[in-house]
Amino acid sequence: MLDARIPDGPLDEKWQRHRFEMKLVSPSNRRRFRILVVGSGLAGASAAASLGELGYQVDCFCFQDSPRRAHSIAAQGGINAAKNYQNDGDSVFRLFYDTIKGGDFRAREANVHRLAEVSNQIIDQCVAQGVPFAREYGGLLDNRSFGGAQVSRTFYARGQTGQQLLLGAYGALSRQIQAGRVRMHTRTEMLDLVVVGGQARGLVTRHLVSGRIARWAGDAVVLATGGYGNIFYLSTNAIGCNVTAAFRAYKKGAWFANPCYTQIHPTCIPASGEHQSKLTLMSESLRNDGRIWVPLGKDDARAPGDIPEDERDYYLERKYPSFGNLSPRDISSRAAKEVCDEGRGVGPLGRGVYLDFADSIARLGEDTIRARYGNLFAMYEKITGEDPYRVPMRIYPASHYTMGGLWVDYDLMSTLPGLHVIGEANFSDHGANRLGASALMQGLADGYFILPATIGHYLGSASIAPIGTDHPAFDEAEHGVRERIDRLLAIGGRRSVESFHRRLGNLMWEHCGMSRRAGGLRQAIVETQALRAEFWEDARVAGTNESLNVSLERAGRVADFLEFAEVLCWDALQREESCGAHFREEHQTPEGEAARDDDRFAHVSAWEYRGVGTKPVEHREPLVFENVALATRSYK
Amino acid sequence: MNFTLVVWRQARAEETGRMVEYRVEDVSPDMSFLEMLDVLNEDLIVSGEEPVAFDHDCREGICGMCSLVIDGVPHGPERATTACQLHMRHFKDGATITIEPWRAKAFPVIRDLVVDRRALDRVVQAGGYVSINTGSAPDANSIPVAKHDADVAFQAAECIGCGACVAACPNASAMLFVAAKTQHFARLPQGQPERTRRTINLVEAMDREGFGACTNHYECAAACPKEIPVRFISDLNRDFIKAAAHHGRFGTLPPQGDLEE
Repeated sequence: MLDARIPDGPLDEKWQRHRFEMKLVSPSNRRRFRILVVGSGLAGASAAASLGELGYQVDCFCFQDSPRRAHSIAAQGGINAAKNYQNDGDSVFRLFYDTIKGGDFRAREANVHRLAEVSNQIIDQCVAQGVPFAREYGGLLDNRSFGGAQVSRTFYARGQTGQQLLLGAYGALSRQIQAGRVRMHTRTEMLDLVVVGGQARGLVTRHLVSGRIARWAGDAVVLATGGYGNIFYLSTNAIGCNVTAAFRAYKKGAWFANPCYTQIHPTCIPASGEHQSKLTLMSESLRNDGRIWVPLGKDDARAPGDIPEDERDYYLERKYPSFGNLSPRDISSRAAKEVCDEGRGVGPLGRGVYLDFADSIARLGEDTIRARYGNLFAMYEKITGEDPYRVPMRIYPASHYTMGGLWVDYDLMSTLPGLHVIGEANFSDHGANRLGASALMQGLADGYFILPATIGHYLGSASIAPIGTDHPAFDEAEHGVRERIDRLLAIGGRRSVESFHRRLGNLMWEHCGMSRRAGGLRQAIVETQALRAEFWEDARVAGTNESLNVSLERAGRVADFLEFAEVLCWDALQREESCGAHFREEHQTPEGEAARDDDRFAHVSAWEYRGVGTKPVEHREPLVFENVALATRSYK
Repeated sequence: MNFTLVVWRQARAEETGRMVEYRVEDVSPDMSFLEMLDVLNEDLIVSGEEPVAFDHDCREGICGMCSLVIDGVPHGPERATTACQLHMRHFKDGATITIEPWRAKAFPVIRDLVVDRRALDRVVQAGGYVSINTGSAPDANSIPVAKHDADVAFQAAECIGCGACVAACPNASAMLFVAAKTQHFARLPQGQPERTRRTINLVEAMDREGFGACTNHYECAAACPKEIPVRFISDLNRDFIKAAAHHGRFGTLPPQGDLEE
């Protein structure tokens, strides 16, 4: 049984007590420790900057050309905090409760409460950095309600909150680079973790321009490498987002928790053809004024305006009369897939539903709609070439965020001592489903406030022997990396790596996407194994290692996805219940609602690697709820 | 749709590059410009050639990584649009399209269409931030900011750091970038204590990196995918003159950057 090492004491005192009880590293000793931070998004940049400020020696790595480009930058909506500036009854406990409930009671109470506690400090920190949050005329910060919350606790910077927060963290990081406390390594990809004596002690990286394989030794490693949503090929993630760093750590002994918790966002712009490389999210707020429908009959090729009212099916309003078009993300997503599977989908690939503003425009006038959603409508028109004021939008669900990740204890340390995991890359705070505006909060909470405290405890209490990069463990890791690169370059097949990724994505979307069933999952495991074998025989990777080689970069990442897919399917298969974003068709109420099974599944599943193609071993961390009562949601 | 592409190919920094012609066929008007390049690259890979290297990541116009000069214009013909958000429906069927990398002394070509933009990071490192350590911030609402100032600061902060302004400028000046960075903070109370120092340090860093001087062509603002207005440059100039006059010195920061690899 897994022990999360949750501190004793009442829920709201745990973190403060723990902060006092943790070992400290004195200021003069900190410069003796080197910490390797992989990733420069909200979590990575804020952690690297904060550790540098404390006086540690930090190396930070990112695969982009600048740390400012990490995909946190694309987050639109906002960031939650329990400030209660709006005097509407918010509190740390309410934010904690909403997050636990939103995660469908599959997150750890102590972690989530700590997240809610530090949420307020994040806002203070970001404002002091000059993050230009939206303000009222009185000069104070504005808030909005987001993702169905009953209080207005979301701070935002138009539709670019992620960008502004990341630029804040990037500024702090830049300051530490200038001060010489952080060494920044751009266009550098982590290809393996080095473990010495059971502790994470280093990395092997590839420089994406020169192909140089390098070794880095440190006293601790921090992974802030984001989520694995690109396993579905099409997602709202950036093209470069991948599972490689986390998966390498998993293969070196870190356990992977709850991989089956993958969030699908209901309102994305549908794919326009087979060439589609990514999907773009449209803010969910559109559902406040848009009505979702599809034609009543199958394969209806008429233009939407030619379909009379009585031949339209406003399926969300019909099935869920009290919430209608505002039904939760997972319910709306599944309902859209259902009608498209029936052959009633719209658009070029039949994978889309209408989001129609005609009624709202008639009722409120075009100007009001323009004031509310003008920028979103413009973005939609830019991408699709259609004017949503005249023609209904088309939307379809897409992979957006992954709640699963490497297992970490209360101190954000994985099952490998010295390996800490923060942000989307860990599994810790969102349970089976993440609430809107909580991803940015968690990334920054981990990076600015939690990890810089807990990593000191590790460094101060563990016995860490001095080692250099000439240690045999580095030889072995580098050898493995080189061998794999050579293997990829030597396949010499006929098909592009991209085509394999696309096929894997289709397979996962079909069998392990927004609804899953045992037979399909078993089939997906078999098919993934076959696809992987085909990849290693028939993929074509052009060029050499010693140059900027996009084809090689992509091949390494897709090869890891091809292995990781199986872990995801095993987890989904084993979790015989429906909870949050994980929907098993066998486990639903007669009304089609998710049926949770708290007696059998109120636990975290963490998977231990046992070899390629071998079923990983499951370990469980029981979830104990002492402060909230387990409730079942209903949106009828 | 069918196109003839004339693309800059350069195997590595030390080698001489050249324009190479390719045909792409059966392009859908709904494809983005980068998806059209994906199609070209898949064809190249399958036929045993190396794909055209180009920078890209988010593909939704916010990360600032894509950097193509399309038919002579950074990010291509559509106003306020990054190359990743440009769609093929804006081109004429059968057209010949030229694709080049950003051209500037401060942005050396790494390969094909990929350039090294770390000079922009080094400019920011010289002081493009508010110097505050984690944990020392006062309550967020203890610093009121007039809505108008916050909105103007936001407009400056919208810069995605792509470098199109540099690529568009006949002098390869980074003035719009530096103006956006400095004026974001100059409009906020948080930015005041370091305003003078920041202005001088950033302008010096810009000069040190080999960016040219501004001679008011305004090409930068025309090319900017986020439509950062050129008036921020005059605000920067005013700040710079004030800083230089009142404090009578330029900064003394040593050149410093991130490591090669």
